[in-house]
Amino acid sequence: MARAVPTRTKLGFTILGWLVGFLIFFPILWTVLTSFKTEGTAIATPPQFLFFAWTAENYIEVNARSDYFKHFANSVIISVGSTLLGLLIAIPAAWAMAFSPTKRTKDVLLWMLSTKMLPAVGVLVPIYLLFRDSGLLDTRLGLTVVLTMTNLPIIVWMLYTYFREIPGDILEAARMDGASLAKEIVYVLTPMAVPGIASTLLLNIILAWNEAFWTLNLTAAKAAPLTAFIASYSSPEGLFWAKLSAASTLAIAPILILGWFSQRQLVRGLTFGAVK
Amino acid sequence: MATLQTRASARLMMTPAVVLLLLWMAVPLAMTLYFSMLRYNLLMPGMEEWAGTLNYRFFLTDPAFFTALANTLLLVGGVLLISVGGGIMMALLLDQPFFGQGLVRLMVIAPFFVMPTVSALVWKNMLMHPVNGLFAWISRTFGLQPVDWFAEAPLLSIVLIVSWQWLPFATLILLTALQSLDSEQKEAAEMDGAGSVSRFIHIVLPHMARAITVVVLIETIFLLSVFAEILVTTNGGPGIQTTTITYLVYVQALLQFDVGAASAGGIVAVVLANIVAIFLIRLIGKNLD
Repeated sequence: MARAVPTRTKLGFTILGWLVGFLIFFPILWTVLTSFKTEGTAIATPPQFLFFAWTAENYIEVNARSDYFKHFANSVIISVGSTLLGLLIAIPAAWAMAFSPTKRTKDVLLWMLSTKMLPAVGVLVPIYLLFRDSGLLDTRLGLTVVLTMTNLPIIVWMLYTYFREIPGDILEAARMDGASLAKEIVYVLTPMAVPGIASTLLLNIILAWNEAFWTLNLTAAKAAPLTAFIASYSSPEGLFWAKLSAASTLAIAPILILGWFSQRQLVRGLTFGAVK
Repeated sequence: MATLQTRASARLMMTPAVVLLLLWMAVPLAMTLYFSMLRYNLLMPGMEEWAGTLNYRFFLTDPAFFTALANTLLLVGGVLLISVGGGIMMALLLDQPFFGQGLVRLMVIAPFFVMPTVSALVWKNMLMHPVNGLFAWISRTFGLQPVDWFAEAPLLSIVLIVSWQWLPFATLILLTALQSLDSEQKEAAEMDGAGSVSRFIHIVLPHMARAITVVVLIETIFLLSVFAEILVTTNGGPGIQTTTITYLVYVQALLQFDVGAASAGGIVAVVLANIVAIFLIRLIGKNLD
C-alpha cells in the first residue's frame, strides 16, 4: 500500500521536479519562442523571454525561401514508407517466431539484433558506391530501403515481444474449428495484435524521422529529409537564429507529439524486452 | 502442437526477413573487407591494386587514429557518465509522488525526440554562442567571463549536447525499472530501521543494476556512431579535436575519396562495436529464456 506522504515533502518534490523538468525542456521551449521573434530580437542582449513583438514571419519566410514542405514531405515519405515496408517484412517473421518457435528461434532473433549493432560507418563505403552506381543516391526510394533495413531488427523484436504475449491457445482453438492459416491471421491474430503493431509503427516512425547518418550521407538537394535540410543551416545561415528556430520547430513538433504518446512503448522497443 | 505444415509455413514466413537482413549485413560487409585490402581512391579510377594489410597499417599507425580513438572513448565515456548518473537521479526524483508528475515526465523525455541536427545547432548557436548565446548572458549576469564553448572545449561541448539527448532515454528506462521494485521490500527495510541512503545502496541500486547495464550497453552502441552532431557543429575540428572514429572514416571516404583506408577504418569500427555488442547480446539472450 502506498502511504500518505507529508504535504510538505510533496511540495518540496513538486518544486524540485518542476525546476529540473523545466531546465531539461528549456532548449526546446527556447527554440519555439525564438521562432516567433525577429532576427534582431533573437540575438538581443539581454535575451527577450516573453515580452517581445511576436511574429510569424519566420515560418512564412522559411517556406518561401527554401521549399520547406518538399523536405517535410520527404521526411514523411521516407519514415512512413520505411516503417510500413519493415512491418510488411517483419510481421510474418515475428508471427512465426512467436507461435511456432523452434530450437533456433532464439539464435535467429539474437542474430537479427546483432545486425543492428553493426556500425553504419562499417558499410558506408560499399552502400555509397552501390547507390552511386545504381542511381539511388539522393532518391527517396534508396533512403527508404536503407532505413527499412536498419530498423528491421527493431521492428521484428518489438513485434515478437508483443506477439509472444498473445495466448497461443486461442490460435489452437481457431485451428481446431477449421480456420485456415489466412483466416487465423485475419480474424484471430490481427485484432489482438493491432495494439502491438501500432506501437511498433509509432516508435519506428520516430526513429526513422530522426535518423541522421544515412540521411546526411546519401542525400543532397532532391531527396533530403528534414534532418539534412536543417543541417544546411550550420553555415552560413546558422546566423539566422529565428529562421533556424522556425524550421526546427516545424521539424520536431510532429514527432515530439508522437513520442509523447508512445513513451511506454519506447522502453520496450529500445531495450529489446530486456527492461519492462 | 505445431504440425509439420505449420512448421513449414513458419519457415516460409521468416524467409524474407532473414534473407534480406543476411544480404544487408553480409554483402556490404564483405565489400568493405575486400576494399580494405585494395589501394583504391575514387579520384583515380581504374588504378585499383591489391594492397594487403597496407591500409590497416596506414590507418592504425596514423596519429589521427589515436586522437580519434581517444575522442571516441571520451565522448562515449563522458556521455555515459552524465546521462546514466543524471538518469539515476532523475528516475529517483520522478519516482516520488508530486503535483504534475505526468507533465514533468513529458518535459524530461522530450529531448529524446529532437532530431540530432536540430539539437546540435540550437545548442551551438542559441545557447553556447560566446556573444549572443544564453549561457554567455548568464555568465555576464554573474560577472563572469563568458565561455567560448566550441573554441575552448569543443569535445566537452559535444559531450554536453549528446548527453542532453540521451539523458531522457536513461531516465525513462531506469524509472521503469525503479517502478517495478516491490514497495513492500522498501517498507520492510524502512521498518527495520534502514536509512534512505542504505536503502538506496542495498535495495534500490541492486534492483536497478540490470537496467543500468542495459542502458550502458545500448547507449554505447549508439554513441559509437555519433555523427550528425559533429558534422553540423565542428566538422571534426578545430584540427581534429572532435574527430571520432566514425567521423574519421566519413572524412576518408566521402571527402578524401580514399576507399581503401576508409574501409579499413570501417572494419576497425565494426570490431570495436562488436566488443560491446557481444556483452549486450548475451545479456538480452539470457532474458529471453
